Amino acid sequence: MSETALFIKGVDKFYGPIDHGVHAVKQLNMDVKKGEIIALLGSSGCGKTSTLRMVAGFEAVSRGTIAMKGREVQTFAPVKRNVAMAFEGYSLYPPLTVRENIAFALKASKLSQSVVDEKVANIAKLLEIEDIMGRYPSSISGGQQQRASLGRALIRDADLHLLDEPMGQLEPQLRALLRGRIKHFIKERGLTAILVTHDQTEANALADRIAVMEGGVLQQFDTPQMIKERPANLFTGTFVGEPPMNVFSAGISGSGDTVSFGLNDGVKLDYKASDFSHEVRAELMKRSKVVLGIRPYAVRRSEGGVGAKVAVNQWLGDQTHIATDFAGGTMVLVEHDRTNLAIGENVGIRLDPSSLHVFDGESGRAISHGQELA
Amino acid sequence: METTSTLEKTLRLIALTLVVIFFMFPIFWIFLMSFQTNETILTIPPSIIFTPTLSNYAALITGKLTTAAGTLDIAFMRNLGNSIFLSVTSVALALVLGVPAAYAFARHKFKGSEDIAFTLLSFRFAPPLLVLLPLTQYFQWLGLSDTYFGLIWVYQLICLPLILWIVRGYFEDISADVEYAYRIAGHSWFATFRKIALPLAGPGIAAAGLLAFIFAWNNFVFALVLASADKQPVTVGALAFVTSSGIQYGQIASAIVLSVTPTLALALYAQRYLVEGLSLGAVKG
Repeated sequence: MSETALFIKGVDKFYGPIDHGVHAVKQLNMDVKKGEIIALLGSSGCGKTSTLRMVAGFEAVSRGTIAMKGREVQTFAPVKRNVAMAFEGYSLYPPLTVRENIAFALKASKLSQSVVDEKVANIAKLLEIEDIMGRYPSSISGGQQQRASLGRALIRDADLHLLDEPMGQLEPQLRALLRGRIKHFIKERGLTAILVTHDQTEANALADRIAVMEGGVLQQFDTPQMIKERPANLFTGTFVGEPPMNVFSAGISGSGDTVSFGLNDGVKLDYKASDFSHEVRAELMKRSKVVLGIRPYAVRRSEGGVGAKVAVNQWLGDQTHIATDFAGGTMVLVEHDRTNLAIGENVGIRLDPSSLHVFDGESGRAISHGQELA
Repeated sequence: METTSTLEKTLRLIALTLVVIFFMFPIFWIFLMSFQTNETILTIPPSIIFTPTLSNYAALITGKLTTAAGTLDIAFMRNLGNSIFLSVTSVALALVLGVPAAYAFARHKFKGSEDIAFTLLSFRFAPPLLVLLPLTQYFQWLGLSDTYFGLIWVYQLICLPLILWIVRGYFEDISADVEYAYRIAGHSWFATFRKIALPLAGPGIAAAGLLAFIFAWNNFVFALVLASADKQPVTVGALAFVTSSGIQYGQIASAIVLSVTPTLALALYAQRYLVEGLSLGAVKG
């Protein structure tokens, strides 16, 4: 199953005149294999929705090519691309009931009435909207409209399903339930889907690969695990993960068999040269400034560690978030047990080299992801 | 709705009644006048007790007006026919031209599109007299003066900007994504325009059409200058009642009653449809 369903090459999107308007998507390259679920993850205005709409054909491509099934489609009208889409604003047809809205998507496919009825019933069951099928969009809630809109997209037998924030309006329990069902539905039918989301849980749960976007630039395009464990740059590192990665800028010094990072407030982290691979060490020594990153759940407390002062201690029911004042910044720790640390208490902190991410001080590009994966 | 006291209800009723009387009285009075002869109308003090006569209507319908100075021919029925023909045709043409243009202005922003739209609107700012004199000259050169075609063309100055701007607003209120959802389901943009945009903007188109009809119907000065007697609408035709032997108030009143009837009927009919349509249009995609 390595047939390419979608191929995006060198795509730029300008709103306004080319090269002078707002540059919403910059030199985007991406490929989506048939049967894959891709998440476009990023904050508002990062270019993810623009990308989706260019694929759908609602926005013109300023530069570059978009190919589907080996054909360049960037100049095609939406009708010729055979894609289905669920809209962030639902966009149901007001004069039609939910059932008619969903069945309407099949109108062009010329299926028999009994097949349509069966498909609609399946979708209604899948999305838990059986009770509102006879209602009009104006009389149902946002979450219900969103599911109806999602149903209208999923029911189609399209080459590509584009889902723009498909579950943003749903309650958390329902969202968790539907995530599983929708993923199963898509995988079972071998559909290819691209979903746009700013919810990393959704991206992680649904997607085979995540495309992290920021400022119109694709930052990283990889599996959820790789994005978490080997963030390509400082942005991906800090954007993905909850609570976010702790970051500190540091100077580097090294002599023979030690590597030292000098943080603010005179905090110094010393590691053995053998904690880093030869290549990483060489890269580190070329630089005077780097940014260190460590995930909150990888930070350990230890007696002889570097001093830090507890500022916040929150028990969230299944884990404890401890924020400490550390090296002129904040170091957050996540522990799985309830702790009785008092505010203002001094603790020692240990940062294992194996879980230390090192980023270039200027470009933010990742240099090292710790030993376990190096 | 909060419960209102009986006193408040009564006061409201009185206030509404006063407003209704204030606005309806002239129409009511003209309605009464239309069944009176000039003599009873001019009696001082006026009385609402009189012997009704259909002579005014009869005169209008037969086209023979008997005055003290003799019998005059009046073309009222022809004027009424002209009014209906000119207004209906002008609004129809303005809808055919204006609705797609409004859609284009709403959906496709291009360089200068705002300027063009504003220029079209500015036709409504200018007093008609400003354009009338040069227009008369041009129309004479072009052989368009005193033709229905020429009048309908000039009426576009009244109807087109109105329809364009009102309908454009309705199209802008429809979420573009509703149309995209339809297009992506395998329909062309033209099918989308017909099946999604037009029905959703229906109430707006009806309202704009009605308003344009009223404006076209009420137009006086274009028809006065650009058309001769046989092509003039009722607004101009009413001048015929100012005769050498005095003003024929009774006939004027019945002419008014007859000439407001089509507009009134249309408004009453459209009102039901408008309310129905508006409650549907209130749903934003």
